[in-house]
Amino acid sequence: MISESSLEKLKILAGAAKYDVSCASSGTKRNNTNAGIGNATAWGICHSFTEDGRCVSLLKIMLSNHCIYDCAYCINRKSNDIPRTSFTSEEIASLTIEFYRRNYIEGLFLSSGVLRNPDYTMERMVAVAKTLRTEHRYNGYIHLKAIPGASAQLVADAGRWADRLSVNIEIPTENNLKLLAPDKDFKSVFEPMKIISTNILESKEERRNHRNAPLFSPSGQSTQLIIGATDDSDQTILKLASALYSRRDLKRVYYSGYIPVNKYDNRLPMLNTPPLLREHRLYQADWLLRFYGFRSDEIVNAQNPNLDLDLDPKVTYALRNPQMFPVDINTADPLMLLRVPGIGTRSVPLIVMARKHQRLNSSHLQKMGVVMKRARYFITCNELRSQNIQDLKPEIVRQLLLDKKPIGTDDAVQLKLFYPMMPALR
Amino acid sequence: MNVFSFDNTFEGLLTLVFESYRQKQFPDEILCGEGSQNVLFGATNTIATNVLKAERVWKGIISHSSEENAHRIYRVFLSGLPDTPLLLVNYIRLIIDSPKNEETNFALLVVVEINKLHQKVCSEAHRINGFVRFQKTSEGSYFASFAPLYDVLPLCIPHFHDRYADQSWIIYDLKRNYGFWYDLKNVSRVVFDDLKVNSQNGQLHTSLLAEDEKHFQKMWKQYYQCICIQERRNDKVHRQHLPKRFWKYLPEKGVI
Repeated sequence: MISESSLEKLKILAGAAKYDVSCASSGTKRNNTNAGIGNATAWGICHSFTEDGRCVSLLKIMLSNHCIYDCAYCINRKSNDIPRTSFTSEEIASLTIEFYRRNYIEGLFLSSGVLRNPDYTMERMVAVAKTLRTEHRYNGYIHLKAIPGASAQLVADAGRWADRLSVNIEIPTENNLKLLAPDKDFKSVFEPMKIISTNILESKEERRNHRNAPLFSPSGQSTQLIIGATDDSDQTILKLASALYSRRDLKRVYYSGYIPVNKYDNRLPMLNTPPLLREHRLYQADWLLRFYGFRSDEIVNAQNPNLDLDLDPKVTYALRNPQMFPVDINTADPLMLLRVPGIGTRSVPLIVMARKHQRLNSSHLQKMGVVMKRARYFITCNELRSQNIQDLKPEIVRQLLLDKKPIGTDDAVQLKLFYPMMPALR
Repeated sequence: MNVFSFDNTFEGLLTLVFESYRQKQFPDEILCGEGSQNVLFGATNTIATNVLKAERVWKGIISHSSEENAHRIYRVFLSGLPDTPLLLVNYIRLIIDSPKNEETNFALLVVVEINKLHQKVCSEAHRINGFVRFQKTSEGSYFASFAPLYDVLPLCIPHFHDRYADQSWIIYDLKRNYGFWYDLKNVSRVVFDDLKVNSQNGQLHTSLLAEDEKHFQKMWKQYYQCICIQERRNDKVHRQHLPKRFWKYLPEKGVI
């Protein structure tokens, strides 16, 4: 069924799909039923890693790279002269099964260029998922991309078969989106997103009453934003992300550093390297939103619309709010502990459990995995107090943190005062 | 100095704990298996594994801490490192002797060390879940072989049993020379003496492979190479997530 020509197709359609960064395979716990093939684990499994350091969990592929749209940032835009091809749904289904049986992948992530119209495309994508679930008795993970502008009925069908659905916003403000992607607007993106979130809520409600009511996209929905293709600030981006998490109940917002794939288009900036550091800082900020109880306006605000590239967002938050520190490790509320730089979601539960047994000092914290290099300026514990942010003033702590060399003694602090010039980036 | 030796099984270690409480003699050093070197001075206390005694210690651990902690002790044992048995005996003593449950007292070094080692064993098991690569044989069953850092196959088997319920498979640990075989009904432990496997890359001899196996390995390698974004190349992170010791077993990293 799978021939040599499909090797060439695979090359084209995998290459076309690689700019989609989503790779998660977590969030669904589904046992194998009727001795079919596959299950989905709640925590997700990475099966390989590419040389760019990204995880390979799903067979990330396009059904077709033909597209009627002409989005400036996309490699598959219709005005590009590139080889075009399509898979049939049976080809994709059997390739997924063969890869899955060999434990190469955790499941399928299917996307597509827009063929003829959104509904036509969506229908063919849903057909692949349905074939896998019904004919191949496949219980593994399926992630489907919902095509902007697809009808409510088709989106609802997709959610029946898939574990996760996603609609990519790509550009965080509508004006810029219209500028770069004249065929799209915010409505075409947010409408399917709303349909998905309503359906998810309904299905959850339904399952509360009937245990066997059908699942709808059980591991939720996600989206992607391109970073650095437009002049949108980190404040705009994080505000949007935070609204999506709270109002649309999104599982993930992915940030993708812009890679200039269409260098000839002068609506886009010329970048020599993708803005990877900014992307990294945005992910850190995203983690603060989702797991650390931060609000987006605590991380970026009108005075500081962009994230500091030199220091992580939690440190910059602490430096801007010195009045909240130092925190007493032995008594502080866990939520406050989470706000201390160098203490994370792994060490907080350890601290909280351990301090019931005895009072903790800095050597205990070090053993538990707290990064004392950062945390030392923001905490007090069961020992003589060392110089903290109140004694040192935020500017000096900032300089000390920028310097990655180990700071052992207070002499080092003294010395630093004489030459506080640090290279901005390392 | 008290030197104990045991047969390097988990039941053996628990029996050792039982015996040391009974004799009121606790080990300063523990030797594993028969092949261990003789001690220069003094006699070695050799423990004969006894399942009933082991059972009692297991229940004792659960009643003094939690069931999860007992399983944690088992998983740490699977690390198979030379210092692990003594560390575990000290930990079990702490658990049994303390009036309160000390498993969450992360201020104690032994508790932190046990948890760190536990984390290492679990992440190795998680990696094996991801990095196992089955090869389809001409009989239609699937074969994978590996050399995990720790003895984690027993932890991985339930996952593969659930996931690949409709194909028969063998997962083999080349380093410890044993594996598990699923015949569509049961999983059983197997040892092969004449395995036709290239120990350099875990590949079965070509004569045993299904006709299209090499083709799918090629497809997978092609896919793997296509989805890498060259502009974002980051070898350090790549090696961090995918340690080099796995590369030789992965068709996408090897020469096909």
